[in-house]
This record gives sequence, structure tokens and C-alpha cells, in this order.
Amino acid sequence: MTTTAVPAEPVPMRVSYRDRLRRLVSPMLFMTPAGVLTVAFFFLPVIILFGISLTNLSSSTGFKNYEWVGFENYVKIVQNPLTKLNLIATIKYVSLTLVFFNIGMALVVALLSTHISRRAGFVYRALWLLPRLTPSVVYIMMWKFIGADSPYGIMNQHVLEPLGLSTANWVAARPWLFVILTNGFIGASFGMIIFTSAIESIPRDYMIAAQVDGCNAWQRIRHVILPMMRWPLLFVVTYQTLSLLTSFEQIYLLTDGAGGTEVWALWAYHRALNNYWGNFQWGFGAALAMVLVAIGIVASVVYMRFFQFNALVQEPKIEAM
Amino acid sequence: MKVLLENLSKHFGSVVAVDGVTLDIRDSEFVAFLGPSGCGKTTTLLMVAGIYKPTTGIVKFDERVVNHLAPRDRKIGMVFQSYALYPHMTVYQNLTFPMRLSKVPKSEMEARAKEAADILGIGALMDRRPGQLSGGQQQRVALGRALAKQPDLLLFDEPLSNLDARLRLSMRGEIKRLQMELGITSIYVTHDQVEAMTMADRIAVIREGKLQAYATSDELYDQPRTLFIAGFVGNPPMNLIEVEVLQEGDSYRARRNGFDLQLSEARGHKAAGRGKVILGIRPEDVSIGDRGLRGEVYVVEPLGRDDLLDVHVGDASVHVLADPSLHLKIGDQVQLGLNVDKVQFFDPESEQSLLWA
Ligand SMILES: Nc1ncnc2c1ncn2[C@@H]1O[C@H](COP(=O)(O)OP(=O)(O)OP(=O)(O)O)[C@@H](O)[C@H]1O
Ligand SMILES: [Mg+2]
Repeated sequence: MTTTAVPAEPVPMRVSYRDRLRRLVSPMLFMTPAGVLTVAFFFLPVIILFGISLTNLSSSTGFKNYEWVGFENYVKIVQNPLTKLNLIATIKYVSLTLVFFNIGMALVVALLSTHISRRAGFVYRALWLLPRLTPSVVYIMMWKFIGADSPYGIMNQHVLEPLGLSTANWVAARPWLFVILTNGFIGASFGMIIFTSAIESIPRDYMIAAQVDGCNAWQRIRHVILPMMRWPLLFVVTYQTLSLLTSFEQIYLLTDGAGGTEVWALWAYHRALNNYWGNFQWGFGAALAMVLVAIGIVASVVYMRFFQFNALVQEPKIEAM
Repeated sequence: MKVLLENLSKHFGSVVAVDGVTLDIRDSEFVAFLGPSGCGKTTTLLMVAGIYKPTTGIVKFDERVVNHLAPRDRKIGMVFQSYALYPHMTVYQNLTFPMRLSKVPKSEMEARAKEAADILGIGALMDRRPGQLSGGQQQRVALGRALAKQPDLLLFDEPLSNLDARLRLSMRGEIKRLQMELGITSIYVTHDQVEAMTMADRIAVIREGKLQAYATSDELYDQPRTLFIAGFVGNPPMNLIEVEVLQEGDSYRARRNGFDLQLSEARGHKAAGRGKVILGIRPEDVSIGDRGLRGEVYVVEPLGRDDLLDVHVGDASVHVLADPSLHLKIGDQVQLGLNVDKVQFFDPESEQSLLWA
């Protein structure tokens, strides 16, 4: 090792104009492919959607006779008596499914399956993937069989009647319960996978340290495991909120919005693409969808605040002894 | 607190990680577990901590069998190579975490945390998070966390391996001093023999899950009971040379091709008449002079204070620590004097010492 090297005289750097231009341009070139994709598939659709939401485009106007109507569609949303109901239904749907299944159940399954033997844990988690692997139509049909009106229905025929309890048309009687359950059992597996890998990647020394420091199983989860899962929690909460906000196929197949389960995305779908009157209000539907985009953005920002996103990506301040 | 391991074994499926280890640790004693990577040191330590349940055998703290005691009920402190400081807690929260769990009153908790921080010189870092500390600072905090809970037993798993050489040297002294002042019984796992020799009262040498020796560092150094210990303890390692020891009248001679050494009777007669045996001699017990075995310098490695020579005597290679002022060069002819009161003999089959068995 040469430790006595004389510090080199700083050589004045003459950077030519061409060099500088190249330094500016070449990073841009590298970013272009990703940039093009992002713009094409993320920004353009939103801009087009926003454009459509400013028109009265519908199947009665066709693509020729539509007019620009400014923010009229948004005014209509504000004035619509269904807005409040559907907004409440959406909040109810997203928050209950998220809390009880996509996060709650996902955490429970991940924690349980990582505290038992590896193989049993693997099998247990695989079971939770089945609802996601089953085609939606088949999956919802099964739930409909479970809840079907007497004298049919698995609940009625095989559980309630043998016990001498009263029967019911369960999906109609408890639409929310079924909406949350059907969505929840599909949604939980996503968080489960992410959380399981997060738990398993916590270095073993922390787990040992926690036990030696005096934690019981619950305290270890509460004080060590969960705080170390802030990243995956933020990710799953955000991602699942956004997917729940825009997902409606299970509700569509199960209740089609009956019993107060018309969530915002289903409402937009009904107005824009599938309604009773046969007039597809694309402009109005687009405005509804834009509101959903706005809600999603606001929710994401709130989550990042709540989970202290900035602290999660903070640079360590290292200082010598 | 005394610790007793009795016939302790741990199997992972078909892997035998620890195989029938029996040893006792006296109150306030500092014991090192020394052995190569994968020999079962950590596994043994984790059985003492209660993380692993022994496959067979018992762990006793004082007179009490603790096999079925959970780690949190064992009153132990542990320090890891990775530090294992909770990244979401400040230094203060890390120090007090075990006490918060055991519901120590707040005032006492603060006093104990402050005391530990003062001893270790980390008082100014209380509000930082581990990510904002250097490795050495983190290791101090980890040590503080183990001490502040006032354990009966301290467990160290290679705590200094991630630090640079100078820091390791100073922390070594500091841990040893603290342990002596506080008098806490300690087990220190390391694969660094210098650490083990300088810090520990007694060293348990482990190889492939089995206890090879359990003795003071002097005894391990001067009276190695097995070939493995002879080769493992000491740096540069002991020379091991296959010879035949013959008795000629009253004198004993160790011989091989180009190698003929007069032995003391005390050591010679234990190795005589057994056919091939292994002679061991440490490089510092060989001197360069004008009498003795003739050899040729094959390699010279300057170590600063000494030169480490590889001298070929016949077809045997002997490492020697020599004075650099001799200016020996490759190809020089030299004569080696071996301190015959320091030679060791081992049975090549059983690898047991013929002197100290
Ligand atoms: N949980 C486990 N499952 C299976 N095998 C294990 C497990 N833990 C340790 N082993 C095996 O047991 C043996 C001893 O491992 P151990 O971690 O105790 O070694 P060590 O002496 O601490 O080594 P090192 O110096 O590398 O830390 C190794 O062969 C290891 O592969
Ligand atoms: Mg180890």
C-alpha cells in the first residue's frame, strides 16, 4: 500500500460543449424505453379518460355527434342522490375487506404458517391460494350454492336444517357479508404471500434476540416482527386499496349491486358499459372513473404519510467512532 | 451462576450438530467455545439459551435443570455477530427493551440504561437509531442491551467478527475487563483462537460436534491432547512431522529420511517402539544455530518482528520463527536446533497425544 503518495495537483478540467451535451443526453436515452412504456400505459389512459369525462359521449351520441360539456358530468355526480350511497358502499367494501382479509387475515395466515413446521405452513398457505386460482364465475357460483334459498343451499340443507334452525336466502339476506367474504378469501392470499416472505426474510438473530430479551410469541410479533414489516405493509395496503377500489367482478356476479352493494366501480361499469336502458353513458362513466383515480391517489398519499415513507427510505447517517 | 452441560446433543434430521458435550462452567468464569466453522458452537450456545431443545442431555443452571425453561425465563443476555439491534428503536429503546418486557419500574430502567451507556461510552447516542451508528457503536449498544438487563449468564456469538482489526483488539480488552468487574458467568463463541486464548479462563475446543478439550489456554498450548488441538491452537501452527522413535541404549532418537534428533528421555520413551508417530514442535521452539538438523531455506515470509521460514530437512518441511537480522534468503543452508523439552508426540491412528493421554 502506498500511504505516502503526494496528493495530485488538481488538473483543471476542460469539459467541451459536446461532452456536456452527451452527459445530458445519454441518461435520457437509457430512460427512454421505460419512459415510453410508462407514458403509454399509465399516463395516456388517464388523460384519455379525463378527456372523455369532459364530453357527453354515449351510445346515443355515437362517436360523431358528441359534444364537449366541460365539467357537467362532475356536477351531475355531485348532484346525484346515488353518489352518497355508492360512496359509502365503496368505503365500506374497501375498508372491511382490507382490514379483515387483505391485511388482517393475510397477516394471521402468514404469522400462523411461519410459526408451524415448514411443510405444514406451505400446505396451509397453498390452500389459501385456491380461491384466487378458481375462475371467478365458478368461485361465485360455489358461494351462491352455499347461500342459496331453502330448500336448497349448503348452509340451509346441511347445517341449519339438521340443527333445526331457521333457513333463509342468505345472499339476499346478508349481501354485505357475502361480498366481503367472497372478495376477502381471494384477496387475502396476496398479502399472505408478501407477508410470509417478509417474515421469513427477517434475520434469525432478531428472532433469537427477541426471545432472549424476554418476548413471548405475541410480544415478538407486536414489537419486532410487525415493525420490521412496514414496507410490505405499506405496499400491500396501498396496492390492495387500489385494486379493491377498481374491482367489482365478484360483486357483479354475486349481487349485481343489489342490497346496497353498488360500489363506485360497479356503478361506473353499469353506467358506461352495461345498463338496463341500453344507453351507455361513456362520458359520465369516465367521470365516475376519474373520481376513483383521484380517491386512489389521495389514499396512497395518506398511506405514505401514515407509514412514514420518508423514514423508510432515509439514508443512514454513519459516523466513525 | 454455575452452568453444567451434560451429554448434550443436537440432531437436525440426519445432521449431528452437537454430539455428547459435557462441561461445567464455574460461577463468574469466562469460557470460550473454540472451533472451526460448522463445528456446532452456535448450536451449543443456542441450547444454553433455550432457543433449541437438546435432542439428548441436560442443561443445568446452578442446581436447576432448565431444559424446559423458555429463553425469556433464563435470565441471559446475548450478543450477536450481527448486533441484532432493533432498527425501528432508538438506542435508548434498544437498551431498555428487555426491561420494558419484564416491567422494570421506569426510574430504575432509566438508571440502568444510563449506567450501561456510561460504562460503554454510548451516552451521547441515546436518541439515534442503529442505522445511524457505526459498526463499533452498534456492538457497544448490543453489549449494553445485554448488560442492562443484569443477566446471570452472558452469551456471545462471535461478537467481534464484523469489526476491523484495531477495534476488535480494543473491544476484546474491554469485554474481558467488564466481565471481570461485573463477574457475570460468560460463554464466548469464536473461531479466532487468539480471542479465545486472550479472553477466556478456560477454552472448550469443539470439532465436528464433539468436545476435544476443555482446559486453560496454557494447557492447550503446552499440553495438546490431540493432534487436532495441536494443529488448531497456536499461530503459526505447530509443525507436525512423521518420524520413528528408536531407543539406542539410554538415548532416544527421532528419525526419518535426513532427519535425526536426540530426544529427552522423559518424552522419548513414551514414543519409542511404536513404529511411525507424529512429532510436533512449534515454530518458536526451533532455533537457527550452528548445531543440529541440516536444512535448506525454502520460503521466507517476513512477519515484521520475526521471519517465518519454511526449512526443508530431508523431505520434511519445518516452519521456524527466525530473527530477521540473520538476513536469511531462499536457498541458504541452515542448522536447526529443536527444543526437545517442547516436542509433542501423537499416535497417527488415534490422533491422541502419547504424552498427555
Ligand atoms: N437449524 C439447522 N438445521 C439444520 N442444520 C443445522 C441447523 N443449524 C446448524 N446446523 C448444522 O449444524 C452444524 C453446526 O452448526 P453451527 O451453526 O452450530 O456451527 P458453528 O460452529 O456456529 O459455525 P460458524 O463458526 O460457521 O458459525 C453445521 O453443520 C450446520 O450446517
Ligand atoms: Mg456460529
